[in-house]
Amino acid sequence: MKAYTKNPVGAHYGLGDWLLQRLTAVVMAVYTVVALVTIAWCAPATYADWRVMFAGTFFRPFTMLFLIALLYHAWVGMRDILMDYIHPTGIRLALQSAVAVVLLLYLIWSASILWSR
Amino acid sequence: MDSAPTTRPASPRRPKYYDLSLANLPPPGLVSIFHRVSGVLLFFPVLPALLYALQAALGSEEGYAQCRDFFGHPLVKIPLLGVIWLYAHHFFAGIRYLLLDVHIGIMKEPSRRSAYAVLVLGLVATALIGWRLW
Repeated sequence: MKAYTKNPVGAHYGLGDWLLQRLTAVVMAVYTVVALVTIAWCAPATYADWRVMFAGTFFRPFTMLFLIALLYHAWVGMRDILMDYIHPTGIRLALQSAVAVVLLLYLIWSASILWSR
Repeated sequence: MDSAPTTRPASPRRPKYYDLSLANLPPPGLVSIFHRVSGVLLFFPVLPALLYALQAALGSEEGYAQCRDFFGHPLVKIPLLGVIWLYAHHFFAGIRYLLLDVHIGIMKEPSRRSAYAVLVLGLVATALIGWRLW
């Protein structure tokens, strides 16, 4: 009789996601500091100032990068939390799908906010 | 069958029960659960609310004015402090985890001290930004 051996092979996305969650965290942390400094520096007081701040060739793409990093980070985090607490497979998959769809909608929305002129 | 009892030290007594209720968690546990809760709340509803506000503020002159008035209202500023704390806590707790990942401060005492630091820094940053906003 063959003894039960645990098959240690997973789907292999774990380590990559773990690493990307850290990488996206670093991007967001840097953006957070840059954004606070930018806001303190520009001190936008009127609608025009506010528009100018986001019209720059630096702040707008960096904001988009931040939002993309945030959405990937949120995907890994939300998936981890759902895997930890929601055990029935069907409900978990439904919730994970809902999170994925919501995140994609946030992405489209973010791009349209930043580039609709 | 050899059932001779093995000698154990009299303490600690087994089984050992941990009180895992929120009020009794050590600081690293509090940092951890707040990191999770703040993460979920930032995903929803904070992010869509802020995107909505950004859309209004960048969209038109009237939208900007409405946004200003809305965030200027005292009844909005107080929950806004809560939102700032969610972000600040998530930020500092995240930096602590990045340091732990590269094996900085992983022993019990340093990790407990850094957890205290995260809890304090989250509140201090919230107070600072709140003070700037008022």
